[in-house]
Amino acid sequence: MSILVGKSTRVVVQGITGKEGAFHAARCKEYGTRVVGGVTPGKGGTTHDGFPVWNTVEEAVKKEGADCALIFVPPPAAADAIMEAAGAGVPLVVCITEGIPVTDMVRAKQFVMGTKSRLIGPNCPGLITPDEAKIGIMPGHIHKRGDVGVVSRSGTLTYEVVGQLTGRGIGQSSCVGIGGDPVNGTTFIDVLALFNADPETRAIMMIGEIGGTAEEEAAAFIKANVKKPVIAFICGQTAPPGRRMGHAGAIIAGGKGTAAEKMKALEAAGAILVKSPADMGATVATVIGPSLTRSV
Amino acid sequence: MKVHEYQAKVLLREFGVAVPTGDVADTPAQAKEIAARLGGKIVVKAQIHAGGRGKGGGIKLADDPAGAEAAAKQILGMMLKTPQTPPEGVKVRKVLVEEASAIGRELYLSITLDRARSTHVVMASQAGGIDIENVAASTPEKIIREWTHPALGLADFQARHVAFGLGLAGDQFKQGVALIKALWALYLAKDCSLVEINPLVVTKDGLVFALDAKLDVDDNALFRHKELVELRDIHEEDPLDVEASRYGLNYIKLDGNVGCMVNGAGLAMATMDIVKLAGGAPANFLDVGGGASPAQIENAFRILSSDPGVKAVFINVFGGILRVDRLAEGVIAAVKKLGLKLPVVLRAEGTNVELGKKMLAESGLALTMADDMGDGARKAVAFAKRGQP
Repeated sequence: MSILVGKSTRVVVQGITGKEGAFHAARCKEYGTRVVGGVTPGKGGTTHDGFPVWNTVEEAVKKEGADCALIFVPPPAAADAIMEAAGAGVPLVVCITEGIPVTDMVRAKQFVMGTKSRLIGPNCPGLITPDEAKIGIMPGHIHKRGDVGVVSRSGTLTYEVVGQLTGRGIGQSSCVGIGGDPVNGTTFIDVLALFNADPETRAIMMIGEIGGTAEEEAAAFIKANVKKPVIAFICGQTAPPGRRMGHAGAIIAGGKGTAAEKMKALEAAGAILVKSPADMGATVATVIGPSLTRSV
Repeated sequence: MKVHEYQAKVLLREFGVAVPTGDVADTPAQAKEIAARLGGKIVVKAQIHAGGRGKGGGIKLADDPAGAEAAAKQILGMMLKTPQTPPEGVKVRKVLVEEASAIGRELYLSITLDRARSTHVVMASQAGGIDIENVAASTPEKIIREWTHPALGLADFQARHVAFGLGLAGDQFKQGVALIKALWALYLAKDCSLVEINPLVVTKDGLVFALDAKLDVDDNALFRHKELVELRDIHEEDPLDVEASRYGLNYIKLDGNVGCMVNGAGLAMATMDIVKLAGGAPANFLDVGGGASPAQIENAFRILSSDPGVKAVFINVFGGILRVDRLAEGVIAAVKKLGLKLPVVLRAEGTNVELGKKMLAESGLALTMADDMGDGARKAVAFAKRGQP
């Protein structure tokens, strides 16, 4: 098991003829992901780097049974691309694009909620089930199949924790980047619920950051529902109020959304807090004990 | 992006939100001229982005044009200190000269994003003019909230709820509803992340209008608002922040002595945290992004090391997309061009990491390699304290 994606996932890449889309479609395919082709409106019928290109997501669904859309469309058209994928009935929509206007995302999220699709992102690295499917921009080689579920608002900080885990021989069931924007699709709670129900996942590493109340909501959910150990790190402990730390969502506004508040809520919910980002892997190791996944 | 009160009021007027009559002035003579045109009692308001201007002496009343000129003379050029400014204050370059009003009631009205509900929220309170966050914390029942529909926006009945909640009646109720609807139209049309009217006033002669105005625009939406980009006032930003933004770098100057260069916002924040945990203080937040070119790296390095507070540099990259050899190329070019003597600690993982490390090792730079981010932070902090590589 694992969550959300695996060997059978069939991916269509929206924006495949762009620089980023083309580059990452190839990297995902190299990893073993079933990338069935791409979509660029107006370029349907052509091929790009060996991938078939369609005009619409609907065609990719009808012709290739695409059940996951990976979006690299630039910000002005990205929210529309999300709605197109959800409108075509794609069950899992993953949006990598950074910099989508908030008002666009408010509407796109409402649209997605009226469909059966799940949105991950935007402004996220995507998700990976090691050795099965990499659907995103993360470096595949740092991952290792195992039993720790990883969920994070950040990109490179997720690679950091995965690097620390793999370095200790601890593998991951799946790693999900939910993104750094104030309005996103899948939340910590959604992913925590999936990991909690996944028989392969033994412990959950959660990486939050300053801004908003998603971590506090996750804490309440953990307390009430999660039976597995949760190890948490919150970045931005030293961030000054009122300054947006790169991610549109990472801002301490009106004294709310501080790292201290989030850490307190998570600790009260029974999560194991990691103070230093250098100790994330070591803490997971302590919690799960001699790993069942240590390679032989 | 923040805009000044006078700029916000131009936008409010354009969308039909009632505001006091007035104009902006750069000089005391202009202030006098505007006051003469307005007639009657005058208020002169310092135009800086920070709030709390009145307490710092940035808002003054005048009885006539000569008084307005004198007030403008006092305010223009002053270093205005408020709880929201840096300790040294912010230099005042413009004043807003407005007709003074006989205020009856002071109310609060704002629109912003409610992240927890993924839609916009109109908030209002009869307790205006003071710190609304305290009102929200101590007496949450005094705050009226109406969440807009993500696709349909603010319904008329919601605008009425807000206006009734503000205790408006009769003609003031009609004015209030129109004002709330106009404010929502502006918020949506201009991709605002915040519009705040504090206070919204009812004058003694029964007029409802926005006495003050704060307006922030969603940076991600600026590509479709060229007219708003022009409202940016770079004087309100740190010069290094401004320069970084010119090169598409995400940089925020802080007060520490360890310069940080990182790829990715989350890792950049975590790097600041670990520098602090190692007993040091980060000099900046800097996310060079995933696809940074050697030229961008060079500029990033130049900007962060031009902060005189920086005594050591900690480069922490976990490359997915970022190639370590390109990073090395940029760092070497910057150091050579600038003749920098600062100690640099490098922790790098990722594509072409061996090549990158080799290039840096052979460059003659005062460079120390770190095994992991904890080790890197400790080494950088030690250098910053010693001031020597």
